Amino acid sequence: MNAFLLYTVQGLAAGSFYALAALGLAIIFGVLGVVNFAHGACYMLGAVVAAVLLDVTGLTFWPALVVVPVLLFLFGVVIERLFVSRLAELDPLYNFLLTFGLSLLLVDLIKRQYGVSGLPYTRPEVLSGQLSLGSFHLPTYQVFVFLFSLLVCAGVWLLMTRTRIGMIVRASTEKSDLTRALGVNVKAWVTPVFGFGIALAGLAGVLAAPFRAITADMGSSFIIILFAVVVIGGLGSIVGAVVAGFLVGLVEAYGQAYAPQLSQIVIFVLMALVILARPAGLFGREENA
Amino acid sequence: MLEIRGLQAFYGEAQALHGIDLTVREGEVVTLVGRNGAGKTTLLRSIIGLHPDVRGSIMLNGSELTTVPTHRRPGLGLGWVPDDRGIYASLNVEENLTLPTVTHPDSAWSLGQVYEAFPVLADRRRAAGTTLSGGEQQMLAVARVLRTGARLLLLDEPSEGLAPVIVQQIRDILLRVKEQGTTVLLVEQNVKFASTVADRHYVLAEGAVAADLDKQEFTDRQDELLTYLGM
Ligand SMILES: Nc1ncnc2c1ncn2[C@@H]1O[C@H](COP(=O)(O)OP(=O)(O)O)[C@@H](O)[C@H]1O
Ligand SMILES: [Mg+2]
Repeated sequence: MNAFLLYTVQGLAAGSFYALAALGLAIIFGVLGVVNFAHGACYMLGAVVAAVLLDVTGLTFWPALVVVPVLLFLFGVVIERLFVSRLAELDPLYNFLLTFGLSLLLVDLIKRQYGVSGLPYTRPEVLSGQLSLGSFHLPTYQVFVFLFSLLVCAGVWLLMTRTRIGMIVRASTEKSDLTRALGVNVKAWVTPVFGFGIALAGLAGVLAAPFRAITADMGSSFIIILFAVVVIGGLGSIVGAVVAGFLVGLVEAYGQAYAPQLSQIVIFVLMALVILARPAGLFGREENA
Repeated sequence: MLEIRGLQAFYGEAQALHGIDLTVREGEVVTLVGRNGAGKTTLLRSIIGLHPDVRGSIMLNGSELTTVPTHRRPGLGLGWVPDDRGIYASLNVEENLTLPTVTHPDSAWSLGQVYEAFPVLADRRRAAGTTLSGGEQQMLAVARVLRTGARLLLLDEPSEGLAPVIVQQIRDILLRVKEQGTTVLLVEQNVKFASTVADRHYVLAEGAVAADLDKQEFTDRQDELLTYLGM
């Protein structure tokens, strides 16, 4: 029983990274129509920047949770202004290729600078050790990651459903032309939305830093699973991205625990099953599929 | 108020509008009638700025519209109700209403006025826009532009596919809008409906103006028009 609970917490922690990053991917796709292939690289960048800031400036984990996403937001803004916006009028495939190239570039730049062996990162004292609940012992850090991500996802959900900004994002996701014809300057929202999506990937990276090996390649397998998450949740669906993120984290953790030789496959089996039953994903709208 | 001169519109190689000349004066209700494919929808989309490939001139209150970005056109007084009604599934009824900002406060309807005129929208204000019936969605689309205070309404077949009682309701709203001094360019296949609300009529055929009729001429030639429109 304790073991099962442990795998569950591990799965939810791993799922937190997927949920946050997939949320960013979904928001960017919704408003720009761009599948950001560099999302895994941005997650990696979040972890690397956190590690480098700790090493060079002594910036610890807690302020890094704010500072790194802000830096990644600015990075996203620059990338959107310099490159993505120039391809906006063309087939979205061009921007997919652009972000693919960008991710190769980022990975190699980090490799060149910091090598292939992992960067060190120490987790804050309060988050190390175990949390005891009666006879159960759970790793404090994983519990924290899960709760913190849940909070961020809830915040983003409130932003999307309860504010005028969220309303405009939803409207331009659904009907971009009509939204412009109703007087909303959709283009003005594209840059901040792209930055915001990148910042969420960066935040997932910071959370992963004390927990995963920080290497240039950490985003490469991450992005593949992230695509599975997005397909399972439904492309462009905000709720779907979050639910599927946690779901995939759980499936991955149970797979590793109970069927280690199949652990790489289970996620994609899940994806195939979802596609068979609901081609638009768990929360996707059929007409958008 | 609206002066269109030599307007041409293209879909790739195909030309949909062949030099349209048309004038709508302040306070008028003018209809555009014509068979399917005549170019009525293309004309309205060109005015609101969603048809990228146009030539010619569209003047609104003396200034050229064709160079104004789409999202700035409502600010100049335009309010568009698209032929598919354009209701958002991901926005609830009230969000559908409040998405466009109020551009002309003097003529804008408050939410209270909208809900008074369309009680069904008030009852369903928290429901997702597309859960409404076709008629309710049409009312929502009309109410949405009334709330902005738009000075020139561009309505694309608001009565299409609706039950007579709903058509009657939309007609009443149009008459009220007209009384308020708002100008309307109305695309309408329903000749009866058109004749009861409009001051003047343009007949469009194959992307050009085939006739320009006043109220009397339109009534006199109604049978001829019905035959022409295939009704
Ligand atoms: N998206 C499109 N692509 C190519 N041709 C189109 C498109 N939409 C309309 N057309 C053509 O333009 C002409 C005018 O269409 P439209 O403006 O929709 O007419 P109406 O609204 O009067 O029925 C028609 O010949 C139609 O086939
Ligand atoms: Mg039409």
